[in-house]
Amino acid sequence: MHAPADGGLVTIPDLLARNVARHGAKPAYREKEFGIWQSWTWAQASEQIDALAMGLLTLGANVGDHVAVSGRNRPALYWAMVAAQRIGCIPVPLYAEAAAEEIAYALDHCGARFAVVGDQEQVDKIADVRDGLTQLDHVIYLDGRGLRKYDHAAMTSYADVQKAGRASGLLDQVNARSAARTYDDTCVMLYTSGTTGRPKGVVLSNRNVIETSKNSSEFDHLRADDEVLAYLPMAWVGDFIFSVGQAMWTGFCVNCPESADTMQLDLREIGPTYFFAPPRVFEQQLTNVMIRMEDAGRVKKWLFHRYMAVGRRVGALLLDGKQVSAGDRLNYMLAKLLVIGPLKNTLGLSRVRVGYTAGEAIGPEIFDFYRALGINLKQLYGQTEATVFITQQPDGEVRSDTVGVPSPGVELRIAENGEVYYRSPGVFVEYYKNPESTASTKDADGWVATGDAGFIEDGTGHLRIIDRAKDVGKMADGRLFAPKYVENKLKFYPNILEAVVFGANRDYCTAFINIDLTAVGNWAERNNIAYSSYQELSQHPRVLDMILGHVSEVNRSVAADPMLAGCQVHRFLVLHKELDADDGEMTRTRKVRRRIVEEKFHDLITALYGGAADIYTETEVTYEDGRKGKITATLAICDAQVAAEQHKVAAE
Amino acid sequence: MDGVAPYVTADGRQIGGVLMDMRGITLRFGGVEAIKNISFDIREGEIRAIIGPNGAGKSSMLNVISGFYHPQDGEVWFRGEKRKPMKPYQVARLGIARTFQNIALFEGMSVLDNIMTGRLTHMKTGLLAQAIWKGRAEAEEVANREIVEKVIDFLEIQAIRKTPVGRLPYGLKKRVELARALAAEPKLLLLDEPMAGMNVEEKEDMSRFILDVNDEFGTTIALIEHDMGVVMDLSDRVVVMDYGRKIGDGTPDEVRNNQEVIDAYLGVAHE
Repeated sequence: MHAPADGGLVTIPDLLARNVARHGAKPAYREKEFGIWQSWTWAQASEQIDALAMGLLTLGANVGDHVAVSGRNRPALYWAMVAAQRIGCIPVPLYAEAAAEEIAYALDHCGARFAVVGDQEQVDKIADVRDGLTQLDHVIYLDGRGLRKYDHAAMTSYADVQKAGRASGLLDQVNARSAARTYDDTCVMLYTSGTTGRPKGVVLSNRNVIETSKNSSEFDHLRADDEVLAYLPMAWVGDFIFSVGQAMWTGFCVNCPESADTMQLDLREIGPTYFFAPPRVFEQQLTNVMIRMEDAGRVKKWLFHRYMAVGRRVGALLLDGKQVSAGDRLNYMLAKLLVIGPLKNTLGLSRVRVGYTAGEAIGPEIFDFYRALGINLKQLYGQTEATVFITQQPDGEVRSDTVGVPSPGVELRIAENGEVYYRSPGVFVEYYKNPESTASTKDADGWVATGDAGFIEDGTGHLRIIDRAKDVGKMADGRLFAPKYVENKLKFYPNILEAVVFGANRDYCTAFINIDLTAVGNWAERNNIAYSSYQELSQHPRVLDMILGHVSEVNRSVAADPMLAGCQVHRFLVLHKELDADDGEMTRTRKVRRRIVEEKFHDLITALYGGAADIYTETEVTYEDGRKGKITATLAICDAQVAAEQHKVAAE
Repeated sequence: MDGVAPYVTADGRQIGGVLMDMRGITLRFGGVEAIKNISFDIREGEIRAIIGPNGAGKSSMLNVISGFYHPQDGEVWFRGEKRKPMKPYQVARLGIARTFQNIALFEGMSVLDNIMTGRLTHMKTGLLAQAIWKGRAEAEEVANREIVEKVIDFLEIQAIRKTPVGRLPYGLKKRVELARALAAEPKLLLLDEPMAGMNVEEKEDMSRFILDVNDEFGTTIALIEHDMGVVMDLSDRVVVMDYGRKIGDGTPDEVRNNQEVIDAYLGVAHE
């Protein structure tokens, strides 16, 4: 086993103390509030953390207690996690938008004694389920709005806990607890979003987090003057590593947006140098750009298309340091001046030195778009159990169809069935209170199954992921079925928000499509198409026609790949509602839960494989406040054009 | 119903003495009597609703409170003093702010600027000082901006701070109007059909904001509303008007069981 990564610094609080000593007067956290960016230096943040840690002691926190943290990204909530670590407690960040039952499950499963939450919404959710939670002692809230009338017997404001802490003079006790922590103690526990079944609590040690933060920071040459925007769910392992692990390791500044809705504006104001976003965010940005260009004047449109073409041809080559002719260089400079520069500025990506995307495969076209802008956007492949990093792309070796080479310290192995296995210093300790799952995921030698099928490319050593191992299947005639591959192609179209492709053990593939209300709504407006609801728009004949065009195009592109030609979509329907995490159809990180969608909409799937031209259906939906309702719709089933000879499609 | 002693409601809010007292108000437009001899009071800290079928005289009553109409008969008492006939801006200075049934915002101005106009009655420096923008004028602007930002935070409209109002959807415009009224830090807030034209979700949001305003700032609120469900949920006491007359006054439960009110809303079968 390795020695601690940096002479005796074995916990996050140790790193914090080092940062205070090294650059105590430099901003560590910023948050926009009341229209102004408020900032805290490392020294100030450390004082805030100590105050809360002492406050938790006055409330009776013991070593090993779990402290749940839930709310949107705010400095105070990050401090809460470090404060918990200061006194030997284990922080458990939860998804702020999770439903009450999901929160109840996590709180009950880890036996949290304290919950530090953002606002009334979170307090209400816990209050709903509190009766069943015998271990939960105290709720600490940040924003007291609307809470004045609540019973405060077991509830205190964050500021009051800090006040009690400051008055208590327990700093020695905090320091003593901190000093007793070892490299193999638990650093954090994160619940996996779980595409199947109950969430599992992944236990990560200080070693996992610090070694990984060190390796990955060095891999991308992160610096103390880097800036990040912390806007992704705090419960997600990526945010924990970027906004806590790497931030503490390198000492860069973490910026929190004013609210979820202002993320794009705040991004522009901060101009992060190190930026992370799931493909979804990049897709959304690109969709917005395309919509606005559609509405732009002729000159602007012409400029945009002309110079984006230059960018596509030259931008990525320049990023990789390849040879480019002088004429192209000049052209690209013009493009930067006229289109790319202003566009990057609008997107808030002007200063990005290192950008990552992960979580889901990103459409090659989207990826290329950002590369064309000269943004060093790279892919990484990881999971919670690996403390994020399994593979990542080094500068200069970026491609849209691979996820890169093994991260520093990671070993890879491909099993016979194609499943990818890894072993690394970041490999998680265990699933909390779940030895069976731990044993079935991690073997005695420390190899972990990813659940993804892939292969290592000859020559480059890059890993390519095909699909979830359990989703990759065979069609009835034995040809390869890889739904994700087709779905990603479909999702590149701005009009398509989500796609779910079926076809395992069937004669042909079919698909559910979710339209993107922003893009399609805008299109409808420009074409004078009236609609009164999402449902009505989704079934409009012209919308169906448009989607039909997209699906047919994708079919042609799929047909070009001999290995996957069987995955062409023969029949599809446009869903009458967006797939939603509140309805269990997606995870909180917005990945489709294939099994649940299959079960819930089995009537629609039956219809897709029957001959009907439409189908009447009833669907239960859950509103944001947890109430349930029912929507009904008659959905048209469309036959797509299939390239080359294929199975006969049922007549209309 | 009219015990004047302060009391605490079931949900823990403090209701104080009479803030505004309308005594025998009669308002005529030519020969039409819009309001016929109506008396009622609004107590400090309460949410008071005025309801009634179309044409009952609700908006006229609100305009009397806000000083836009001057009743031919009757007296308006505000904070223990009889109010002389005054201009709306003078009423605003007394601490009464309102929103309108048909949104009345500056469409070309940003949300922030619109809300800043709510602070106008609190600005003391002159035009020249503001143009030079030094010393007191600057300090005053900063202080006012801080209050406006708190309102923006409170109503969760940070994302549209710089957006021109004309580009906003209806529901958000309503919220901006509420923000402008709140920026004036009123003692009494008048809301003219705050939920009109909204969908269920927007109504729920608006209800929550109204309750929060009342709860957090202790602002007394008088509102006109059509949606009976909303009124009954929100208000402490309700005045019911019909054809310019007051036909009911009391807690939502009392009003709901008042035969005259039921008749006015549901109609009476002819014998």
